[in-house]
Amino acid sequence: MSRLVQEFTKGLWKEIPPFRLVLGLCPALACSTTVDNGFGMGMCLTFVLTCSNLFVSMLRKIIPEEVRLACFIVIVATFVIIVELVTQAYFYPLYLALGIFIPLIVVNCIALGRAEAFASKNPVIYSIMDGLGIGLGYTLSLMTVALFRELLGKGTLWGHHIMWSGFQPISFLQKAPGAFVCLGLLLGIMNLFGSEK
Amino acid sequence: MHNEVWTFSDYIMLVISAIFINNILLIRFLGNCPFLGTSKRMDTAVSMSLAVVFVLTCTGPITWFIQHYLLEKYDIVYIQTLAFILTIAVFVQLVEMVIKKISPPLYRALGIYLPLITTNCAVFGTCILNIREKFNLMQTIVFSFSSAVGFGLALVIMAGLRERFNFARIPKNFQDTSIGLITAGLIGLSFYAFQGLVK
Repeated sequence: MSRLVQEFTKGLWKEIPPFRLVLGLCPALACSTTVDNGFGMGMCLTFVLTCSNLFVSMLRKIIPEEVRLACFIVIVATFVIIVELVTQAYFYPLYLALGIFIPLIVVNCIALGRAEAFASKNPVIYSIMDGLGIGLGYTLSLMTVALFRELLGKGTLWGHHIMWSGFQPISFLQKAPGAFVCLGLLLGIMNLFGSEK
Repeated sequence: MHNEVWTFSDYIMLVISAIFINNILLIRFLGNCPFLGTSKRMDTAVSMSLAVVFVLTCTGPITWFIQHYLLEKYDIVYIQTLAFILTIAVFVQLVEMVIKKISPPLYRALGIYLPLITTNCAVFGTCILNIREKFNLMQTIVFSFSSAVGFGLALVIMAGLRERFNFARIPKNFQDTSIGLITAGLIGLSFYAFQGLVK
């Protein structure tokens, strides 16, 4: 039981992507313009990651060593297609906002990285917890980056205006270079806390 | 865009826009993991750029053919993601084997970067963009090539800057990835100056 909890919580702080586990930077930069998008992207990844971890773990004894990467990619791609179709059908605004980054989950290094580093070596139940933890951790970090970018860059939060009326948004943060700078600064601040390596 | 006849200057515009204005790395945010991973040294950055230019220029048209003559013909566009990623993976594997056989020195230079390209979102992303922008074959080739050149350009600039970091006194917490991201942001800002170039 304690190991289950441990596998889950490590994704939320100790190995939180993309800060501690520097993977999956592209969506972290592109889908963090608003908290809404960050949450949507994070949820999509959590679903893909949990399901792919589940299947990779179940099939880990059947998949031959030499072709394992190809097999993992096919498994991940299957769930990405599911996410793509579901968002297109039920969450169309999100589908438009995330655009090409939904199919791009397939090349998100987190999904493949977890399959290779964790799910292919561990029992099913731990792999699910690992997927959930890492996925939710990713959602949290995306929302944190998005919080700064939306609040300071647009003066809104989750689409609602909350800054005072005379507030001048720093539109730099909404643009592409702002994403890099914002993520870089946050990463630096994160390193301030417990860099126990 | 399919029906319009593109003149030569339109293609030039496409090239400039793909390299400078909508730079795939800095403005479109594709391929950032290899960008930060291989930009620490100039020689790795150059090898990675060359590998991406080669693979992308080939996979762009290949995925275009697959989309138009396979997926659309048999009405299975929904497996696009799966089909494209498999194509890229197979192609990269093939190239790796061919290079290993024909030119061992080249293999030593590019070898370890080739497998990384499979999960490089710049390659996969450009293939998807080609389809979403409804490019025809010629435009696909030009766009794939110039996107890859844009990737290489940003990577080489970044590597040049990062080599200088060894002599700079950076606060401990901001070393490595953190300062890399901030630098990328500043390079991206300078690329914004090209924005007015094409309407």
